[in-house]
Amino acid sequence: MNCRSQVLEVSVEGRQVDEAMLALLHTILLHRSTGKFHYKKEGTYSIGTVGIQDIDCDFIDFTFVRLSSDELDRAIRKAVGEFKDALRSSGNDGAGQISLEFYQKKKSRWPFSDECIPWEVWSIKVNVVNLANEQERQICREKVGEKLGEKVINIVEVINRHEYLPKMPTQSEVDNVFDTSLKDVQPYLYKISFQITDSLGTSVSTTMRRLIKDTLAL
Amino acid sequence: MEADLSLQDRKDLDKFIKFFALKTVQVIVQARLGEKICTRSSSSPTGSDWFNLAIKDIPEVTHEAKKALSGQLPGIGRSMCVEISLKTSEGDSMELETWCLEVNEKCDRDIKVSYTVYNRLSLLLKSLLAITRVTPAYKLSRKQGHDYVILYRIYFGEVQLAVLGEGFQTVRVGVVGTPIGTITLSCAYRTNLAFMSTRQFERAAPIMGIIVDHFVDRPFVTVGPMHPCTYRTPAGDEVLEYPGVEDSQEVCTTSFSTSPPSQLCSSRLSYQPPTLGSADLLCPAVLNATHLHQIVNQGKDGGVPLGPVQLLHGTPADHGKISTCNTADTTQHVPATPSSSGEETEAMTRSNETKSSSPTNALEATFIRKVGALVNKPTTQVTTASLDLPFAAFAPKNFDLEENDIMLHPNDSPPPESPLQGSLHSDGSSGSSGQTQDDFVMVDFKPAFSKDDLLPMDLGTFYREFQNPPQLSSLSVDVSAQSMAEDLDSLPEKLALYEKNIDEFDAFVDTLQ
Repeated sequence: MNCRSQVLEVSVEGRQVDEAMLALLHTILLHRSTGKFHYKKEGTYSIGTVGIQDIDCDFIDFTFVRLSSDELDRAIRKAVGEFKDALRSSGNDGAGQISLEFYQKKKSRWPFSDECIPWEVWSIKVNVVNLANEQERQICREKVGEKLGEKVINIVEVINRHEYLPKMPTQSEVDNVFDTSLKDVQPYLYKISFQITDSLGTSVSTTMRRLIKDTLAL
Repeated sequence: MEADLSLQDRKDLDKFIKFFALKTVQVIVQARLGEKICTRSSSSPTGSDWFNLAIKDIPEVTHEAKKALSGQLPGIGRSMCVEISLKTSEGDSMELETWCLEVNEKCDRDIKVSYTVYNRLSLLLKSLLAITRVTPAYKLSRKQGHDYVILYRIYFGEVQLAVLGEGFQTVRVGVVGTPIGTITLSCAYRTNLAFMSTRQFERAAPIMGIIVDHFVDRPFVTVGPMHPCTYRTPAGDEVLEYPGVEDSQEVCTTSFSTSPPSQLCSSRLSYQPPTLGSADLLCPAVLNATHLHQIVNQGKDGGVPLGPVQLLHGTPADHGKISTCNTADTTQHVPATPSSSGEETEAMTRSNETKSSSPTNALEATFIRKVGALVNKPTTQVTTASLDLPFAAFAPKNFDLEENDIMLHPNDSPPPESPLQGSLHSDGSSGSSGQTQDDFVMVDFKPAFSKDDLLPMDLGTFYREFQNPPQLSSLSVDVSAQSMAEDLDSLPEKLALYEKNIDEFDAFVDTLQ
């Protein structure tokens, strides 16, 4: 099975990084989450209801929709915060890439640990710009808002191609497909990682511990 | 085509499509309410949340959607459309976007109805939620309020995209294949947001003989009624702000006309301001100011020197004023009829006397009628309120006529002020000297902040000379009388002279290098 990969690129000001990443990641997760599964005796299941919430950005003229799940929001904010800190510490003209990867777990026999097979990867390339004055910042607010709108349309377009999605699992296998740790929503299993590009264009890898673990496991 | 579909599946599919259509309308209208949406997740399924999404059902919207569907379902050739438009408080309206739910013939027979189609419809609704925040109408709808409102209209049948103007953009939200056809959800939105204010005249009913009944249905029922997206969360029951806002706009649109002022006068008699909540007062207030604008302009064209009226926003206090003006004796008010200034003076004086209630000083403004240079009649200073004009308070002083323009005729007097009406707001910048109304008095033009004794030349004199400089000598008539032929004749002589002195010229050029 091939993992499909989508790349989105945005240029934002330093203080817009958080909101731009949240907007795009939440839009993707909105589509890649369901309500909580409740399995019944005959092997059937029912699905809970997910709520939605409008979020206005403070530094961008943009409003996005996310799932009403504070737990999920906290997890995404944490990852985005780490990405932003890494960008900031890399220097003024920061560039980097944050990736949202959906995967399935494949149980392996002992002593091998479970395999993580990605089936969809979204990469968001970020280019941080520095602006000189308030007027430029105001223009940037609007322009980035429009750009994010275009990216949302791109995301929706890809998702509505209805390409591969993991099969709905049985009760015993639900944890191989979905993240069941949250109490109100159930996204597909995902992980977020990022890389910072230095000014020379070579990638200085600042990968998360989980990625290294997976590589060794294989 | 549908042979493989079991009866149960067909029933399920029809139900899914029906509720999908209703939820689509809810999502679109709620996204244009101007407020942020927030619904809660629920881990235990309630059974009433279609497509596993917590989307509230506004009863009014569901009712309108069901009415438009009339028991039918969106099908091939039968699209369900939700049109979003903007309407200003002055009655201008503009369609912003049209959302279409269409079904085409391309079938996916292998797809499982109760599982795959359902989940994909759920995904499509989520995409709709995301896309409704991205189109330009979203930002407009978040800012709606006193100046404009956002309306929606649901219709069934052929999509009407011509109303969106030139260059409209289309975004496809998504597609879902089903055994009976492919469901497509898309949005066409306007990119050209320039208002075409002449449109309101095409749609306005004639003013004469209009029956102003605020709670009647809109006359354009064939295209379906427009509804405002201003739902207020009810405390239990349905709370409808719709009739008020809608009808005030109804009144607004039907009161405009390009008919002559006399017709406008009589039409004003029939206009009764709607009794609405405070939020809507601004609507008729602005209407009247614009109405006034038309009256006065017509007057100006008719030859009466009334200045242009500046429009200001009305206040609730003016609401009462409208009725007062309407009850005044309008037959005496002939601002637009060209007649001798004497008659007009009389008419205005009469209307002065009949005007019983005078507005407060804060609202009062004056019209100062300019008198021609050779007219002996006294100028009449009239308050606009006495002219039986609603919103008279906002009519500023008129501007100078050309013959009284100080810059052209610097020795003319400043506008004379009649003692007829006591209070005045005088023209500030034109100087305040010379007060008699009959005679012309030689008064020096005194520009502001100028002082005579400091400079040998008066600033005013400087202005006058600057305005009237002498002609350049090269452009004077004497020089231009010399014809081209003479120039050409003198050319050979000049050339001969230059050739003779060619050495001098060469030496000069050498010094430059």
